[in-house]
Amino acid sequence: MRRLRPGTATDPAKPLSFRWNGTAFDALAGDTLASGLLANGVRVVGSSVSFGRPRGVMSAGLEEAHAFAQIGEGGASEPLMRATTVDLHHGLVARGLSTKGTLVQGDDPARFEKRHGHCDVLVVGGGPAGLAAAWAASAGGARVILVETTARWGGALGRDLELIDGAPALAWVDRITRDLAARPEVTALRRTTAAVSLDQNGVVLVERLPETTPPDRIRPIRRLWQVRARAVVVATGALERGVVFQDNDRPGVMLASAVRSYWHLHGIAPATVVLFTTNDDGYRTAFDLVEAGVLVRVLDARESIGPVGEQARARGIEVLSNAVVAGTRADQAGLLAAARFQAGRRQGEWPCEVLAVAGGYQPLLDLPAQRPDQSHRIVGAAAGQWSLAECLLDGLDAGVAAAEAVGFGSPGPTRPVVGPDWDRSPGTTLWQVPAPDGDETRSFVDLHRDVTVAGLDRALGAGVRSVEHLKRYTLAGTGIEQGKSAKAAAGAIASDRLGSEKPLGVSTGRPPTEPIAFALLAGRARGDLFEPVRTTPAHPAHVAAGAVFENVGQWKRPRYFPRPGETMAEAVAREARAVRTGVAIMDASTLGKIEVQGADAAEFLDRLYLNRLSSLKVGRARYAAMCRLDGTVFDDGVVMRLAPDRFFVTTSTGHAASVFEWMEEWRQTEWPDLEVWTTSTTEQWATYAVAGPQARTVVQSVAPTCDLSREGFPFLGVRPATIAGIAGLLARVSFSGELAFEVMVQSRHGLAVWNALLEAGTPLGMARYGLEALSLLRAEKGYLIVGQDTDADTSPIDAGLGWMISDKDFLGRRSLEMATHRRSDRKQLVGFLPSDPAIVLPEGAQFVADPTQPKPMTMIGHVTTSHPSPTLGRSFGLALVRGGRDRIGHIVHAPLEDRTVAVEIVDPVFYDKAGARRDG
Amino acid sequence: MLQIRCPWCGPRDEPEFRYGGEAHLRFPGNEADPAAWARFLYYRDNPAGAYRERWVHTAGCRQWFHVIRDTTSHRILGSYRLDEPPERAR
Ligand SMILES: [Zn+2]
Repeated sequence: MRRLRPGTATDPAKPLSFRWNGTAFDALAGDTLASGLLANGVRVVGSSVSFGRPRGVMSAGLEEAHAFAQIGEGGASEPLMRATTVDLHHGLVARGLSTKGTLVQGDDPARFEKRHGHCDVLVVGGGPAGLAAAWAASAGGARVILVETTARWGGALGRDLELIDGAPALAWVDRITRDLAARPEVTALRRTTAAVSLDQNGVVLVERLPETTPPDRIRPIRRLWQVRARAVVVATGALERGVVFQDNDRPGVMLASAVRSYWHLHGIAPATVVLFTTNDDGYRTAFDLVEAGVLVRVLDARESIGPVGEQARARGIEVLSNAVVAGTRADQAGLLAAARFQAGRRQGEWPCEVLAVAGGYQPLLDLPAQRPDQSHRIVGAAAGQWSLAECLLDGLDAGVAAAEAVGFGSPGPTRPVVGPDWDRSPGTTLWQVPAPDGDETRSFVDLHRDVTVAGLDRALGAGVRSVEHLKRYTLAGTGIEQGKSAKAAAGAIASDRLGSEKPLGVSTGRPPTEPIAFALLAGRARGDLFEPVRTTPAHPAHVAAGAVFENVGQWKRPRYFPRPGETMAEAVAREARAVRTGVAIMDASTLGKIEVQGADAAEFLDRLYLNRLSSLKVGRARYAAMCRLDGTVFDDGVVMRLAPDRFFVTTSTGHAASVFEWMEEWRQTEWPDLEVWTTSTTEQWATYAVAGPQARTVVQSVAPTCDLSREGFPFLGVRPATIAGIAGLLARVSFSGELAFEVMVQSRHGLAVWNALLEAGTPLGMARYGLEALSLLRAEKGYLIVGQDTDADTSPIDAGLGWMISDKDFLGRRSLEMATHRRSDRKQLVGFLPSDPAIVLPEGAQFVADPTQPKPMTMIGHVTTSHPSPTLGRSFGLALVRGGRDRIGHIVHAPLEDRTVAVEIVDPVFYDKAGARRDG
Repeated sequence: MLQIRCPWCGPRDEPEFRYGGEAHLRFPGNEADPAAWARFLYYRDNPAGAYRERWVHTAGCRQWFHVIRDTTSHRILGSYRLDEPPERAR
């Protein structure tokens, strides 16, 4: 093929060049990669994936199953792009593919964006029906989004010479698109594919933006639209299908509509064409190319050729009726050299550069096929309208109806007059011409996946009868073009081969209709923008102090604060020692915080928590826990009463959101009669724990007016205080067993107060401590962490929190009363001491009672917390153990990979059992 | 992705909401007999067709409300406030 003239899509004033497999070629603006290759006489684009057969361009659109290319080079290159859907730009670099190609290595330097779109009517498809629908829908002012997958408006009107209102159809396209551009409520997007159809008229669009060389890394190359429409009109048109025959994959075998398209849009034509058609529409290719001086001969599969065939003969075109292509002959390079035909008893061979196949049209329905609720309105050729006049009227009617359905009138558009019209109806149905020699191993059903009729036979021979199984057994219809060219043929030919009366049908289309790059799904949400990071007000101070951070949900929390040269174990031991013997400070701002207010706040909390909180006095705090309805531990925290009708509740860091939602769920759905309000204040408060025997001295120096004495501010007291000049709250709660104050101030003062506390602690050598030291200190006291020392089966009784359970009603009480919660073999939280004090058991290690039992051994529990303790001078831990409390004083065993460790089960409180240290 | 009409905020995309399971379950109270309690905790209806369920607008107004959804088509037949009867769904 070569370019004989500029087509309607290409601009001779804008030449460009591109590189293909290392060679430079010239083309025109408006060319696709496929038309650029054809214009330069490139017939082989790649080779087939399984058999390595040479393959060329076979279509002019989405259904391309041969011409795959790797576009770009270096970091930003994209694999498996269909040459027919890649718009050329100057400097484009591409190479043909025989395999999958290569993905971007490392970070993709290209930019991908996302946006939302909202409209009254979304019209998918910019051909005659879609343009008419968008025009009519928007005439009354409705907000319309119109998308077209190619770079051109008009769809089939670019390749089919039709007259609308007495003028060439493209003039009508220009008029309509000008009208649409002038309407402010219309968004018309070319190079945009509707890829996914979601519930309630949600549609995901992929917009491909023009690219340049060198690449512009500021502008995005793709945009993902999430559109929500009130009505969706699908006008995706129809694709021409081929006919399967022996050696139907030779470079040069093309769809007849594609040959016509390359001639009209790009001015490209071959020297000789054999047209193999089952219908009248195929003759358009013959007539149009004859006018270009191409030698055309026609094989018409129908018994009699009809008036159009007679017309062709009258124009001097050789036409054989009752004629089929039985196979093709190739030259030495494997390129198409001739079509072998059978016409009645006559056999023969016509040499040709291109074998144009017109197998009839098939509606393209892969988008509406995704919708179980059939909410899309399908119009035009997609709905089986086979004449242009019908397509236009269908589109206009659908546009008016869609606009009216969402409350917009339409002035009643004038109906365009088409003429003369062509019949695109299927003619005779012909899926396959059996190979004359019976060898179907070269009759390709799925050109992309290299699936042949012989392959279908193998599947059927293996007993495959469902079209879905056929797809998975053979891979027919699983190609990158989503089976657009292969799916229907596979089902139909398999039905024929089986001689089954009931057609197998077509396998289910699934989203997306077109491949979507992961980089596009990610958009800007990659690298630093992948996920929000939550930091506390004092975070900059922690960073400056060299903290090692741990991710807790989205929070960054200091794990420990190593001094130069210190290991983690050394740092944790030092931090813990500071709490036990001096003073240390920790940032506890990530704790969940909820304010519960109202006349019924106390009653509300009574119903949620195990403890009775209505008896809590103002200015007092209480450790409390709550259950799920099934009686298992949900969360724990401290409840502080600030006023008779005002409580301040803390939750564990990880449960802040779920506890708040739990409260709201019960408040709204079951107890709307209670006068109570909840407010999440997690991010409004900065919270610092100052812990250790010398904590009082440090806090006193920043809160000089506050009575912090043992008598004046007893354990579990809470009160307003001025701290470093800032109004806040002080509470005497302790998660380490030592004297401790929790300092709470508004977040915006958090950093200043942190620094003030550090400064006040400097003369006493106050340390910072992180999560590791905290976990060690609380474990020494037997304080559990919900979710670490409990699991989804642990009840408060199992966890040693049975003392909290009051005689009032609370959520989960009914379950706790079930017999199962009184079983003595439940897993209970206990302490343990390894017989060798130097051994630190791994968390998660299993316990067995009898270490000599052959495998599989009977497991009786597992380690939930395990530390070496500088205070105890040995290793220790917490564990959930069956009937654990009855085993206290007994030995169990932890079988590890290389040895078995004997372990004594003990009471979970290891340090200061009397609780004497909390007052300092 | 569903589009759900919050009775307070209007139609919004599904990621703004959290699912709350079957609606109109009656909390039997802590005096319920074991069978009734187990039924309340673990038994849920699973119809093919219209299903009344609870949703909460977590990333919006945080209000719980009811939705009637066709489980076979994902078509949402209406939503209504907690203090409204199902007949008020729209
Ligand atoms: Zn809302």
